[in-house]
Amino acid sequence: MSTQQGTERLELLQGTLDLLILRTLIFGSQHGQGVARAIQQTSDKELLVEHGALYPALQRLEERGWISAKWGISTNNRKARFYSLTTAGRKQLVKETTKWKRLATAIGRILASEEA
Amino acid sequence: MFPKNRKLDDFTSEIEAHLQLEIERLQDQGLSADEARAAARRSFGNVTLSRERFYESSRWLGWENFWQDIRYGVRMLRKSPGFTAIAVLTIALGIGATTAIFSVVDATLLHTLPYPQPEQLVSVEDDLPGVGARNVGMSVPEWQDLQRSGIFEQVSPIGGGDVNLTGSSQPVRIRFLNVPPNYPALLGVKAQLGRTFDPEDHTPGFNLEALISDGLWKRAFAADPGILGKSLRLDNDLYRVIGVMPPGFHDPGRTTEERNIEIWLASGFAAAPAPSPVRNSRFLVRTIARIKPGLTIAQAQSRVDALVASLEKQFPEEYPPQSAWTVRLIPLKESVVGNVRQSLIFLLGAVGLVLLIGCVNVANLVLARAGSRSREMAVRQALGAARTRLVRQLLTESLLLSLVGGICGLAILFFTKGLLLQIVPDSLPRLQDISINWSVLLFALLASLCAGAIFGLAPALHAGRIDLNRMLKQEGRGTKGSGEQTRTRRVLVVTEFALSLLLMIAAGLLLRSFSDLLNVRPGFNPQNVMAVRTWLPVPNDPATDIYGTTAQEAQLLREVLRRARTLPGVEEVAVGDIEAIPLGHSRNDIGPVPLIIEGRETRGNQVPLIHRSTVTPEYFHLLGVTLLRGRLFNESDNETAPPVALINEAFARAYWPTGNAIGKRVKTSPTNPSWITVVGVLADARTESLAEAAVPQIYVSAYQRRPKDLAIFLRGRLDPAVIPVELREQVQSVDPELPVFGAQTLTETVSESLAERRFSMRIVALFALTALLLAGLGIYGVISFIVNERTHEFGIRLALGAQSQNILRMVLRQGLGLAIAGAAVGLVCALIVSHLMAGLLYGVRPTDPLTFAGVAVLLIGVALLACYVPARRAIRVDPLVALRYE
Repeated sequence: MSTQQGTERLELLQGTLDLLILRTLIFGSQHGQGVARAIQQTSDKELLVEHGALYPALQRLEERGWISAKWGISTNNRKARFYSLTTAGRKQLVKETTKWKRLATAIGRILASEEA
Repeated sequence: MFPKNRKLDDFTSEIEAHLQLEIERLQDQGLSADEARAAARRSFGNVTLSRERFYESSRWLGWENFWQDIRYGVRMLRKSPGFTAIAVLTIALGIGATTAIFSVVDATLLHTLPYPQPEQLVSVEDDLPGVGARNVGMSVPEWQDLQRSGIFEQVSPIGGGDVNLTGSSQPVRIRFLNVPPNYPALLGVKAQLGRTFDPEDHTPGFNLEALISDGLWKRAFAADPGILGKSLRLDNDLYRVIGVMPPGFHDPGRTTEERNIEIWLASGFAAAPAPSPVRNSRFLVRTIARIKPGLTIAQAQSRVDALVASLEKQFPEEYPPQSAWTVRLIPLKESVVGNVRQSLIFLLGAVGLVLLIGCVNVANLVLARAGSRSREMAVRQALGAARTRLVRQLLTESLLLSLVGGICGLAILFFTKGLLLQIVPDSLPRLQDISINWSVLLFALLASLCAGAIFGLAPALHAGRIDLNRMLKQEGRGTKGSGEQTRTRRVLVVTEFALSLLLMIAAGLLLRSFSDLLNVRPGFNPQNVMAVRTWLPVPNDPATDIYGTTAQEAQLLREVLRRARTLPGVEEVAVGDIEAIPLGHSRNDIGPVPLIIEGRETRGNQVPLIHRSTVTPEYFHLLGVTLLRGRLFNESDNETAPPVALINEAFARAYWPTGNAIGKRVKTSPTNPSWITVVGVLADARTESLAEAAVPQIYVSAYQRRPKDLAIFLRGRLDPAVIPVELREQVQSVDPELPVFGAQTLTETVSESLAERRFSMRIVALFALTALLLAGLGIYGVISFIVNERTHEFGIRLALGAQSQNILRMVLRQGLGLAIAGAAVGLVCALIVSHLMAGLLYGVRPTDPLTFAGVAVLLIGVALLACYVPARRAIRVDPLVALRYE
């Protein structure tokens, strides 16, 4: 479980972190560390998320009103700041997801045609 | 979306929590406590960096920086109290003076008149451009035509003058206005006690109702709430008080005196004592009106033009086409303040220049200081401060300086307010509206911010362009500023000189105009002459008028003259009307009167307007007016003799340019049966205005025309403190109901007639002196700076055998170059803009070469003087010391 192997993992594309955070929060409120772990686990540990970069991103999303935060108690009885999606955040997630899928499809097509 | 003011501490503890959770998870997976901690930290990355990113992302960082800059700025300013004091004082004086002038401009030009819907108020002026006459007044039928035209809500001619209020201990003379009953409605004023006139009242003459001012009510009647219905004896007529006007209500007159009205009397202007209401009797000298709501002044004007055209068709006798009768509507405010606009804008421009020069000076100081702070700036930049951050820091310091200066300026203004208002001439319209209000404060704030931006920008931009390497490498060297900085400072000094020259030329031109006016030969001798005024009552019923005939009044005049002659020190005595007081017209609103000349009787309105004075025979000798041809009045030109007149040279030249004027006859009204014969021609005297050499004048005999507003002239070794009292005793021993007031020596009157010019001249001279001083300081600063920079070089030169004279000349040449460049730029600017002040000048052209040259020489002289002090320092450099300093 050493992060030294992280260099072989995929670096996040610019701007995709926001999308991943929103997506993670759709299953309910979560604290920062939980978000980081969820992204790593659901991507089969393919994606590298530097935890330090996560917090400014959370802060940014909060300022935009897409997520809201409050302090709570984690499952193992630790104080943690829990984030949850707002209605605006939900809409943003749909928008971003659509955009991302179109982008991925388009890029996929181009790459496929080159291989052919 | 604003951040919810999340504190950095909160963010830090969140990160703490994250690390704890991660450590626990890793420990669950079997790592030791230390390994888990290290791994958690590793996967988190740089904690400080993410804290910093959080910190910078929050918006209050801007404010935090701002506060930091301010705190730092305050510390820096306190560290150099000398610099701060000079800069703050310069700005304070600049802002204070600019704000003072602005408060006058604000009150007179910017504020609307204090009546409801002031934009509907107009002044109605009748012109006869065909005969070159402006504002000739209106006749009663014309007024009624306008009132019925449907263009106006109300049209209100305003007459007025002095009236004797008798019944109290001393008969007093007060100002009254004679208005139609619609006047209060026109100005939208309601009585604070009682009622105003009934607008439906159509009494043709005076309706014997009086409205009194709040001031008179409090002063003369001790604010008696039972005043309503009481009687006032005005010129022997009894008026009933029907109302008290609210405090602060003034007639929209031009000057303080015109506005300080104590009593309003209603009249229809159509019966005695007014003349018969015929079209060519234009005795309504001032008319105001309120146009109907929804009409613009331009629309109302075009409808008035149509009305005038149809009246001209209807009455071709009264309105001959060659006189080209027109009726002009002028915004009321314009007619009140229009004549001072040029002077005020000129003063505002002048004071703005002073402020600008002050800013340039402070910019120079800041730049000099920036030189010594450049290492500080370089170090801060080397430690990672962004350039924009440094620029902001310096700008904040400048703005701080200018705001402190502005506040000090306002404080100075506030404490000297009373003193300053005293030097403003009384004739300034809307004088009592001047106050330090919100718009004045806002102006001061904006002016301070602009000043700060102006003098802060150049130094701040310089700081942003520091060459780090060079600056840090220069450690220990004597050089302080960059070449570029010196260049900027030179440009600033040149600017300063150009601006100062501009102001000094303006002051010089005004000064020359004023001294020319003082040295002008007025054509009369005001020395040792006093004029004291009295007023004979004019009751509405001619039967009760004890001075109703020329014989009755002549008797009074002779008795007053006889008694006045007995007073101690009095050598000569004469009586005239108020028009006869030379240059006394700033104090009254009597204009020239129409005059019909025999042999050239013209129909209707084509009559020349001439200034007429009414005097007793002694007047001309007393004032030293020279007779050119014919004879003066004598005692036989009395109430029983045929009427005679004297005219001045200007009148004679204008109407009898070739022939002899003596023996010609004139009269003042077409209905008057008796002609007045011209018996003599006098030399022109500047009795209307010192600036006007030849204004046509006619003098008629006081025994043949009953003047009511009298002036008693006395010549001799007079004590101005005693004479009015003694004369009052004498006059009131003839008639105890006559007031005696307005005593003034003629030299005072002459001086007062120049009050406005003196005011602008003094103010501009003061500004110019300030500018000169600032420019001198500016060039002194730059030359000192250059000398300091070159101390080393001078040391070498002296060591190599240079003569101290050479060094002196070298330094002076540099200063002279700056001064000449500045003066040249200033002269060119002055040539371009000086014609704007042509209207304020007398006797000199706006491009007067003597003034231009004199001012330029003076400025360059001051520059040389200012450079001489640092230059002396340069030649006293000890080569040894200078070189050792290396």
